[in-house]
Amino acid sequence: MSAIEILGLEKTYMVGFWRKRPKRALQPLHLTVEEGEIFGFLGPNGAGKTTTLKMLMGLVFPTGGTARILGHEWTDPEVKAQIGFLPEQPYFYDYLTAHELLDYYGQLSGVTAVDRKRRIPEVLARVGLTDVKGVQLRKFSKGMLQRAGIAQAILHDPKLVFFDEPMSGLDPLGRREVRDLMEQLKQEGKTVFFSTHILSDAEALCDRVAIIHKGELRGVGAVEELTSSVQGKVEVVWQGTLVPASMKSLGADCHVTGDTVRAVIAENQQDAAIDALRRERIRLIAITPLRTSLEEYFVEKLQPVPTAAVTTMSTAVGSATGSAMGSRK
Amino acid sequence: MTSRIVHIASNTFREAVRDRVLYNLIGFALLLSGAAIFVGQISIDIERLVVVNLGLTAVSLFGVVIAIFIGIGLVSKEIEKRTLYTVLSRPVCRWEFIVGKFFGLAGTLVVNTFFMAIGVFGALLYVAHKFSVPDAQILVALYFIILEFLIICSLALLFSSFSSPLLSAVFAFSLFVIGSFADDLRGFAGLTHGFTRWFATGAAYLVPNFSALNVISAVAHQQPLGASLVLQNTAYALLYTVTALSGAVLIFDRKNLK
Repeated sequence: MSAIEILGLEKTYMVGFWRKRPKRALQPLHLTVEEGEIFGFLGPNGAGKTTTLKMLMGLVFPTGGTARILGHEWTDPEVKAQIGFLPEQPYFYDYLTAHELLDYYGQLSGVTAVDRKRRIPEVLARVGLTDVKGVQLRKFSKGMLQRAGIAQAILHDPKLVFFDEPMSGLDPLGRREVRDLMEQLKQEGKTVFFSTHILSDAEALCDRVAIIHKGELRGVGAVEELTSSVQGKVEVVWQGTLVPASMKSLGADCHVTGDTVRAVIAENQQDAAIDALRRERIRLIAITPLRTSLEEYFVEKLQPVPTAAVTTMSTAVGSATGSAMGSRK
Repeated sequence: MTSRIVHIASNTFREAVRDRVLYNLIGFALLLSGAAIFVGQISIDIERLVVVNLGLTAVSLFGVVIAIFIGIGLVSKEIEKRTLYTVLSRPVCRWEFIVGKFFGLAGTLVVNTFFMAIGVFGALLYVAHKFSVPDAQILVALYFIILEFLIICSLALLFSSFSSPLLSAVFAFSLFVIGSFADDLRGFAGLTHGFTRWFATGAAYLVPNFSALNVISAVAHQQPLGASLVLQNTAYALLYTVTALSGAVLIFDRKNLK
């Protein structure tokens, strides 16, 4: 069973004061997220990530399409007992303490009093909020609020967690802790769907990602697949600062950094480069095929789409929702 | 379902208490004790009348101001601050949220009225030195004041479900003022003809009839209040409240939380 099946959800807002005109925030989106995976929903600001999440949470009503979450209609209120949600830049009832906030949310999620008593200290410790007893949220820093937000999203032990920009407002240590937490959630068998525009987080965490831009799905696939395409070039690294003439003759693009030299050459020149370094008795450190980074893939997918290609892409994405690479490779 | 409404109501009540809404009681206590001492010094034989009039009017006005200014922010503030997102992403229906918020505010006002009522009876004891049987009618007046608050809470929620807090306050306060003169509006309609008569009659029946709920003067003058009035006012207030709340739910149920 898929954790999330988005079947053509779309959203058009009417904008303007006197003369209302339609503005499409999200084109029909088809996407499937499997159970137990960490799925990254990537896109620049204003791409439609938050709109998608809000529709799945029932905060915004779609103008078309439907979705299924954990095998149920996404509008089924009981589904919500099994999901957790962290909104972007969360803001909570600032007159409450973290403990009271979680108690309130636990009540709303149907967590029993006994379980709340046990779970709340556990979850607060898990997000690193241990010394905040009696402190109202109005005295929390942005990072602490983000941690409280993550705590409320996982308090009721949901099967599926939605995080909207979970690293926002966190320092490097906090970001690492959240990454660890997300990996722990995956190990516990939970599905994590998170939106971000920080690609390094996505690359480090996600099993699969989808890229959305201007309300349109531009690509979806496993991170390994997206970043595995070899560009026909290798990077040769050796010790020292010397660049042999024979290497230059191979057309190597060389950069000296400290005590190492890095050269990028064509893959078919690899053996000749090794021979050249041997002749000069230079110590070879590594030869690595150059792969497309997620950032490069992301940037490529944000390029304007020719009209004809958009049509082709929409059809392709619509018919093959998912597990494989996106339509615009 | 019921438990979720109770939890939302409790949290709304807790918010009001922690945001120091009940501090208004201090102002009320100062006003009433000052008035009682002052009236005790200048009035002859009408101390009771003045204290009951002044006390109950103050209870009503303090409560109306709180009902409007908290009521208009109950929903809009949650949308603006996005606290609603983490509530509605749980198994909470939108109507449960609205009803829970309503009961939370209504509870706050009942507690507020309870403490103010103690102040009124205290001031009365100070000027009259004893309670008499007709003083029990003050309880009926207080009950009608609470019914008035229920209507205003529901109207504030209704307006805040589709307009800005400022406009909601203007609408709710305007309706309170017009509703306080509903009987006069009905009288005016009887004197007119044609379209004006239709319009005035329609308006008189549409606005909440707060003048029917205002028995402060009758209680102050120790006039008897019939049981039928209590029943009629209760039925009217509950019907009006349920209608306004239903409107708020219908609108909020279709609202996109951008």
